[in-house]
Amino acid sequence: MVPFDLLVAGCIAYVILLFAVAFVAERRARSGRGGWLRSPWVYTLSLSVYCTAWTFYGAVGFAARSGLEFATIYMGPTLIMVGWWWILRKLVRIGRTQRVTSIADLISSRYGKSNLLGVIVTLLAVVGTAPYIALQLQSVTLSFGVFAAASPQGWALPDQGVTAIWVAAGLALFTILFGTRNLDANERHHGVVIAIALEAVVKLVALFGVGAFVVWGVAGGVGDVLAKIEASPIADWPLQPGRWIGLTFLSAAALLTLPRMFQVLVVENADERHLATAGWAFPLYLLAMSLFVVPIAVVGLERMPAGSNPDLFVLTLPLSEGNGGLAILAFLGGFSSATSMVIVAAIALATMVSNHIVTPLWLSLRAGGARAAGDVRGLVLTARRLSIGVVLALGYGYYSLSGGSEALAAIGLIAFVGLAQILPAMLGGIFWRGATRVGAGAGLVTGFALWLYTLFLPSFGSSGLISAEVLVEGPFGWGWLRPQALFGIEGIDPLMHAMIWSLALNTAAFLIGSLLSFPEPLERMQGAAFVHVFDQSRGTRGWSRGGAEPEGLLVMAQGILGGEEAQRFFQAAAVEQGKAGFLPDTTPDFIDRLERRLAGAVGSATAHAMIAQFAEGAAVSVQDLMAVASEAQQIKEYSAQLEAKSEELARTARQLREVNDKLTDLSVQKDAFLSQISHELRTPMTSIRAFSEILMEPDLPEPMRAKYAEIIHEEAIRLTRLLDDLLDLSVLENRKAQLTVQVANLHDLIERAITSASSTRPDRDFTFHRDLPTEHMAVYTDTDRLVQVFINLVSNARKYCDADHPELTIRVRRAGARVEVDFVDNGSGIPKKSQSIIFEKFSRLTDTSRAGGAGLGLAICREIMANLGGTIEYLPGQGGAAFRVSLPVRRGLTRAA
Amino acid sequence: MGKRVLLIEDEPNIIEAIGFILARDGWQVASHSEGTAAIEAIRREAPDVVILDVMLPGRSGFDILNEMRADTGLAHLPVLMLTAKGQVKEREAAERAGADRFMTKPFSNAEMLASVRELGGVA
Amino acid sequence: MTLPDAGTGRRGDRRPPVFLARRSYRRRRMMDACRMLPILGAALWMIPILWHPADTAADDTAPGIVYLFAVWIVLVALAAALSRGLTRALEDGEDEGG
Repeated sequence: MVPFDLLVAGCIAYVILLFAVAFVAERRARSGRGGWLRSPWVYTLSLSVYCTAWTFYGAVGFAARSGLEFATIYMGPTLIMVGWWWILRKLVRIGRTQRVTSIADLISSRYGKSNLLGVIVTLLAVVGTAPYIALQLQSVTLSFGVFAAASPQGWALPDQGVTAIWVAAGLALFTILFGTRNLDANERHHGVVIAIALEAVVKLVALFGVGAFVVWGVAGGVGDVLAKIEASPIADWPLQPGRWIGLTFLSAAALLTLPRMFQVLVVENADERHLATAGWAFPLYLLAMSLFVVPIAVVGLERMPAGSNPDLFVLTLPLSEGNGGLAILAFLGGFSSATSMVIVAAIALATMVSNHIVTPLWLSLRAGGARAAGDVRGLVLTARRLSIGVVLALGYGYYSLSGGSEALAAIGLIAFVGLAQILPAMLGGIFWRGATRVGAGAGLVTGFALWLYTLFLPSFGSSGLISAEVLVEGPFGWGWLRPQALFGIEGIDPLMHAMIWSLALNTAAFLIGSLLSFPEPLERMQGAAFVHVFDQSRGTRGWSRGGAEPEGLLVMAQGILGGEEAQRFFQAAAVEQGKAGFLPDTTPDFIDRLERRLAGAVGSATAHAMIAQFAEGAAVSVQDLMAVASEAQQIKEYSAQLEAKSEELARTARQLREVNDKLTDLSVQKDAFLSQISHELRTPMTSIRAFSEILMEPDLPEPMRAKYAEIIHEEAIRLTRLLDDLLDLSVLENRKAQLTVQVANLHDLIERAITSASSTRPDRDFTFHRDLPTEHMAVYTDTDRLVQVFINLVSNARKYCDADHPELTIRVRRAGARVEVDFVDNGSGIPKKSQSIIFEKFSRLTDTSRAGGAGLGLAICREIMANLGGTIEYLPGQGGAAFRVSLPVRRGLTRAA
Repeated sequence: MGKRVLLIEDEPNIIEAIGFILARDGWQVASHSEGTAAIEAIRREAPDVVILDVMLPGRSGFDILNEMRADTGLAHLPVLMLTAKGQVKEREAAERAGADRFMTKPFSNAEMLASVRELGGVA
Repeated sequence: MTLPDAGTGRRGDRRPPVFLARRSYRRRRMMDACRMLPILGAALWMIPILWHPADTAADDTAPGIVYLFAVWIVLVALAAALSRGLTRALEDGEDEGG
């Protein structure tokens, strides 16, 4: 016998192990050492979330009741997996190119980024999955109950409800912790995936262990088991052809449409090639999972007392045979099946709820819409965390309402039928260009409604939401509308009845709706993009014209992707266009890429709506579509090549033009520079000469003489400083500066700069915002030079920030082997046309303040940073003047030579 | 009462120096230190001679001079232009704009005084 | 006349088109095979609907189990055999017209 507290301890230890494994995996992935996390084997094992507690425990019960029929649940997925080249490869490719975040997003994106369809699929998924989660909670509490009852110390389980609450809360914590680390659904949840892969192994080992024990420990080997099978009641299982075909089809559909399966198959897929491995390895896993099901059922029926629940044979059989250790292993296997399903389902549902319901709602309620969206990232993450809580609460609520009734045990197949309603819209969407939004909507609503009416609501029993009267006589006494015998066709198995009617009418509505309606341009384009996902050498575009204002787009993107990520994306795009800085030209191509990037975070419908706010009038029109709609393959390929070439030419031309502009500018600059130097030298010289001539006169009063001598002195110093700066600049520009590289704490350097700069306009009351802990970082560089740059930036802010209550935010961030220091003030910033010239020599933007030398400060800063192996850049879109200083944490010593 | 001179220049030390030199010679010296409101300052002060720097905050000295020459009331007011850039094209631009005299910084005090006297019609 | 090896043949200048076409042809047939596997599996697995385990006295359930699993193993083996070639096809981007 197993002491109950030992079981609890083992269970807790197992949970701690899962947390630790997930944590370590996240850490390794983050530090870039997680290559093995992306192996095809991990992918294959993660698919095992298909095998829930319902299959782990329930398959044996299923076999005890209906013989081999249980195998159909595994046969369907096997058929889909071995034919991966057909459907799965296409889904995965579409998922990657369109950055699909969930199955609701797939449907929404395919049918013209319609959020309404996203909402329908989300509702369907929530209604279909919550009871399924309840089933998992039930299995865990039931299996706990088995041990409690068998415990000699009479460990009475406090309350099954309490166990369920603890399990639900623990799962919510795990999911929130590891499932909402990153916003972008296309970034993998390494921690979750690896924990699930581990659980997959535990499941398999547990079932194998029990199976081997039963076959060779309890029974007398394979031959004996086969003989026992023929002798058992299972031998006379009733094979119903309809259910045999229907269940195989249903389980095949479920592999594609269950939200959690879509999550692991498509969203978490890191590489298409993994499908080639999973295509045979996952069917092998399913085979292994079902290998011992019938033997366990047969031996259980033979050995266990009559009336014991065959659903728990996996647990009770080893327990009654006195093998407590194996029972604990079996328990952990069941626990793994339940938890891995709940975790992935919660992530998938939370993504749908936050992207299709909460975020669009929030954006539409806000004045100003997407333009004033602000911190969408924070909103979506919070929404996702809350949704996880809500989904688990729904599961728990359903569990406690149904009170562990038998209705719950049947919910697995009922959920399959519900989610299979997505199948027509999904397959139609990826194989048929003529499928339209109207058709998909009509099909989904029809299927959803019929499923609710014929299967889901009746599953609560006659005391539930549909009265016994309606079940027997139909609503209002209309016999032909009886939920389980539509149109008077009786005698079919209720599950098959519901599946056939709902899917048939769903498909019919989908086809008729598609044929009769006329799609919008965006819909047709997405249709082409999905159906022809493999021959898109040029890709299709949702935006025909550019011209949106890049700074506004950057501000919005920062709100969704986070500042760092958005800046990197914009900068890369600018570099690709041959431009410097953070603001690329907003070409249709760029806008399209940005939209997909955002879609990975908030879903295609929301991303499209947000971009549309900025690129109004630039959305694709019917005329633009003509090119896309042309189905002549050769023309397409040829024009794609031409377009690629002309794009390349345009890029080269742009680069040439920029170089030419630069050269012309340089020559103009050289003249301007000489003229500037002349001006800057002559001005102090004028005062010196005039006053020295005055001083030469004999009859000057003494106070005046002293005052004028003082002026001469000041101007001489000014002249000296200017000459120093010029020489410094020249040395720096020639990269011949002597660097004194030493190690220092970045925090001290910033501190030093702020103190030194406080002498600039000391009358101004300046507020600094800093995050001190992040500043403590060792840098190995020429510290005096770096401080010189910091002083310059801080005193510039003191001088030029025009806010009433001036503030300066200093942010330090480590980015790989580099450190970035941002200086952001709250003034009106630098106008866009001036942003490109502020680092030039003598480029004082205003002439009002004479305090600041000759306008060489930022030019010197730029040269210093270049000497230190770093950069200084103006950062647009920060709400004030913002500069980013970026330098290597360790300055190489190469330049010293 | 001496004659009036208006000095349009943004460097305080140069204002001080020129002011000293001219005041000692009996001139009434007023100064204005930026470009945009320079014309108004000239109308207000009604000087006999204007000393105009080329590089001014807000507006260039050439622009101011152009506007003066186009204005009937100010067209004949004597103007001495000062520049620190000292290039030939600056001198040409000043002549085109209608400057009566052009001096490069740094200047000799005596020369400055002589020029102003001549422009102001003081023998 | 024998075909030269992929990388070494001196007469390769002329022969590669044939060789490449052959390889690509093989791969296309592998793709077809992969698409046919589910059909094969479904056909084999639907045969049991002709059985009547409850109505016959013969010992047919144990052989039925063996049959089901045998089909399963065949499917896994065929999929595994195809996977290597198809992985290469994916790597070479020969996946037009999916």
